[in-house]
Amino acid sequence: MNHIIKEVTDTLFAEAKQHPDFKPGDNVTVSYKITEGNKERIQDFRGDVIQVNGVGVTTTFTVRKLSNGVGVERIFPLFSPFVDKIEVNKVGRVRRAKLYYQRNRKGKASRIQEKRVIATAANA
Amino acid sequence: MKGIIGKKVGMTSVFDNGKHLAVTVVQAGPCVITQVKTEETDGYNAVQLAFDEKKEKNTTKPLVGHFKKANTTPKRKVVEIRNFDLGGNLGDVLSADVFSVGEKISVVGISKGKGFQGVVKRHGFSGVGMGSHGQHDRQRAPGSVGASSDPSRVLKGLRMAGRMGGERVKVANLKVVQVLADKNIILVKGAVPGHNGSYVVIESL
Repeated sequence: MNHIIKEVTDTLFAEAKQHPDFKPGDNVTVSYKITEGNKERIQDFRGDVIQVNGVGVTTTFTVRKLSNGVGVERIFPLFSPFVDKIEVNKVGRVRRAKLYYQRNRKGKASRIQEKRVIATAANA
Repeated sequence: MKGIIGKKVGMTSVFDNGKHLAVTVVQAGPCVITQVKTEETDGYNAVQLAFDEKKEKNTTKPLVGHFKKANTTPKRKVVEIRNFDLGGNLGDVLSADVFSVGEKISVVGISKGKGFQGVVKRHGFSGVGMGSHGQHDRQRAPGSVGASSDPSRVLKGLRMAGRMGGERVKVANLKVVQVLADKNIILVKGAVPGHNGSYVVIESL
């Protein structure tokens, strides 16, 4: 990325929320702010990250879940002010950056193997 | 009319009251006023702005002298803006804060060169034939270029295939999303003409 653009976005997004690192294959819960009229509430969306797109502040990620047997995907901009919190539930072991093959799978076949992480002081 | 010379840096996005906006980052200024033209001396009112440092050894002597008059170093890009509102004297420096957030602007640049293009891309023709029913090789064709024995020639100015892009383009009604005066950066909503690193002129409407 261009260093001037990085400088600009660094100043403009200086107060943006910091989220934990996650990768495609991870299972995450995204808490998303929804405004209805003048009321604001938070809705959780839990699923597997199937792609992370873009760099810097333009990064978006797609979360896929199965809802009553129907696949539902949502794309979130990582630095959107509506993304309240991202929680990493499981770290997955996958061999691709884009998990589009998940769209053709359901049930047992769509499970993502969990990565066993040795607990150390660094990642605890 | 007010204006400033800038350089297109590239695009990114910002959030504005929850709206996700695509913006172009423009390095605008500092610009130096290198000449003030007036009705009495030149027949019209204008100022000449200069932007972007250049080495003196790469500048012709007459130009070095011209910049020296304004008490400044040689610059790469020189642009004249007519009926300049902000006044200003020879040697004054303009920075990006001549524009404020929310202001409507137009941006002038040299569009990206597209090479030799057909009429569908270059002029928005819809082509001639269908994809099926035995037709082939006509989908992006220009169609008829004129009548027969009268006038026995193709009229001048008929839109045809040819070189596209690489010409001066002005986009009006763009909006200033953010001004970072200390860095001389202006964020413009939407896209502006030209490739990254090319010069653009930001003008008030």
